[in-house]
Amino acid sequence: MASTRSTTARAFEYAPAPESRSIVDIAPSYGLFVGGEFVDGHGKSFKTISPSSEEVLAEIAEADEADVDLAVKAARRAHSRVWGRMPGKERAKYLFRIARIIQERGRELAVLESIDNGKPIKETRDVDVPIAAAHFFYYAGWADKLEYSGYGTESLGVAGQVIPWNFPLLMLSWKIAPALAAGNTVVLKPAETTPLTALLFAEICQQADLPPGVVNIITGAGDTGRALVSHPDVDKVAFTGSTEVGRAIAKAVAGTDKRVTLELGGKAANIVFDDAPLDQAVEGIVNGIFFNQGHVCCAGSRLLVQESVADEVLARLKRRMATLRLGDPLDKNTDVGAINSAEQLAKIRELSEIGEQEGAERWSAPCELPDHGFWFPPTVFTGVTQAHRIAREEIFGPVLSVLTFRTPAEAIEKANNTPYGLSAGVWTDKGSRILKMANALRAGVVWANTFNKFDPTSPFGGYKESGYGREGGRHGLAAYLKGGHA
Amino acid sequence: MARAEVRKTYKLFIGGEFPRSESGHSYVVEDAQGRFVANAALASRKDARDAVSAARKAFGGWAGRTAYNRGQVLYRVAEVMEDRRPQFVEALRQGEGLTAAAAGRVLDETIDRLVWYAGWTDKLTQVVGNANPVAGPFFNLSTPEPTGVVAVIAPQESSLLGLVSVLAPVIAAGNAVVVTASVLRPLAAVTFSEVLATSDVPGGVVNILTGSLDRTAVTLASHMDVNAIDLTGLAGDPAQAAALEVEAAANLKRVRRAPAVEPDWSAEPGIGRMTDVLETKTVWHPIGV
Repeated sequence: MASTRSTTARAFEYAPAPESRSIVDIAPSYGLFVGGEFVDGHGKSFKTISPSSEEVLAEIAEADEADVDLAVKAARRAHSRVWGRMPGKERAKYLFRIARIIQERGRELAVLESIDNGKPIKETRDVDVPIAAAHFFYYAGWADKLEYSGYGTESLGVAGQVIPWNFPLLMLSWKIAPALAAGNTVVLKPAETTPLTALLFAEICQQADLPPGVVNIITGAGDTGRALVSHPDVDKVAFTGSTEVGRAIAKAVAGTDKRVTLELGGKAANIVFDDAPLDQAVEGIVNGIFFNQGHVCCAGSRLLVQESVADEVLARLKRRMATLRLGDPLDKNTDVGAINSAEQLAKIRELSEIGEQEGAERWSAPCELPDHGFWFPPTVFTGVTQAHRIAREEIFGPVLSVLTFRTPAEAIEKANNTPYGLSAGVWTDKGSRILKMANALRAGVVWANTFNKFDPTSPFGGYKESGYGREGGRHGLAAYLKGGHA
Repeated sequence: MARAEVRKTYKLFIGGEFPRSESGHSYVVEDAQGRFVANAALASRKDARDAVSAARKAFGGWAGRTAYNRGQVLYRVAEVMEDRRPQFVEALRQGEGLTAAAAGRVLDETIDRLVWYAGWTDKLTQVVGNANPVAGPFFNLSTPEPTGVVAVIAPQESSLLGLVSVLAPVIAAGNAVVVTASVLRPLAAVTFSEVLATSDVPGGVVNILTGSLDRTAVTLASHMDVNAIDLTGLAGDPAQAAALEVEAAANLKRVRRAPAVEPDWSAEPGIGRMTDVLETKTVWHPIGV
């Protein structure tokens, strides 16, 4: 080893440890999954690519209005003839089967998700897939216990569900598991950049012998989604995605009887007090904003750090950020994967440039970016004020804005100074302060001395413009039962 | 010449192992027509005490597992049982004199009951626990916790569905259990213990005793390290049930009394058999900066 005078930690050299791709079998093209079968769509097709290499993975059918109508009809038929009448304990067993098959095919799903989404295999393997399976397992158990939910036992009918690209399979499970447990049938549209795990899930439904039409998967972009949520025979709309699209959906369903839940954007405050265990807090800050490349609606994108420890926290944070490994999503050592699309990368770049123009100071972790694909280094902005756009707008990327505060009251005021209200984090050793902050924060989820924790039993969803309704837990059933009218 | 079959020895299930009774005693088990089937182990007082020790040892680990994991394990029991249907259908025909079709229906109910309770492990807290809006700056939360080691006198008539219906809720709620099987129809319980042993249920979480209640039931009811007792299997024997309830008072066991007649086990169970073996813990914490 070459001698060095430097006493700073040198990054370990890691040999690549790639997960094998051979476990997945991607077809050249995919149709729509309607009525239990894969069918050709009537519309055009589009390509899904690997964001880490820009390699074309498959040709995907784009469902047009006629396709959407067929899918809704299939779901309606399955609801009125089979699923809506089936005793809960029988529905439960299908959902348990699906949970088991997700577990059995876990590695395949993890690899496919990493390839199509760009997120590290470490995350798909340890977070996305196991929690998706757990979600089905949890709601399977509810199917024959709805009378204990407090929301009655009557299903709504057909649910039209539109999910984002940041956690494709996991968001699918959050949508489909409670809907089916409550006796509804679904038409689900995955995001146009990440359709592959949803299409593999369709195959899982076949393996589970799920009755045809209970789950229908239609692929496409915004037009397909619009056709689905505005279809007159859809009883319930569930959407996870941007606040802008959520607002459009709320307008589209105005004046109808459709029930709606929306899980939208966020600009979460991650609040670090001076008595916090700082190393743990730094880990939590890193997890809060760089987990999943910051493509997380509940990401801790605003760090509020108490002035007395701000310098120290930032020094430790930058040191930690320098050790993050960015690169091949299939490498088991990778911490930060690819940005999901060129479009998203452009948005992150634009807001970061605005951050600099408005006077904040930019620092990025010194990591090499691959030549192909879409990449953005973990980045932190200091000297940010509440007026800056990077403190107000959701960047949805690995970009942290740092603000400081002196008193708890100031922290509360700054944390709540946002149209969003999805999540928040609090770091302090003082229990009473955690609870005081939790009460004062206008956010649907508050993490104390931890961040980005998810569990099927735990309700998730936002205040204010982060949407309405909750997913997960007993409360998650309210969205899919007649007695749960919000 | 016809092949002589290899017959199974029906043993106790204690601490995840299959011992004979330490007393060396056994008793004759007959089928529904009164024909000899097998000699089953006649559990002694000492066997009952050993079973309680094994249950106590297993309790902490089982209660400490996540509710999700307990649900997965219970679901696994259902899976393995489904896989061994012919064996249980035969046990029910032999022990309860059912036709193959009726035995199949009882087995369906039994497996579905396990699935029902598998789904309860991680929902019970959400249904019976809650936050309490106390009139002061305090966080106040009540959650259920398992009471500990539970003794169960299993039903006498329904030797499999009845057994699972009284046993599953106790372990779903996170307790460890010592159960006495139907005295005259113990073989389905022994076969069920073999399913438990191959289903990721940690040893000692379920312990099954066969034989006369004269020895075991009093020992369990009076045992100072048993936290609760379910007397369901004494349906129709109020004098014996009352006597055991008196014994149970020594350490204030939670007692589930015997019904007048054995219930219809095909009815949906409700959550009472779980809440009977739960404690409620309430945590207070101040709120302030």
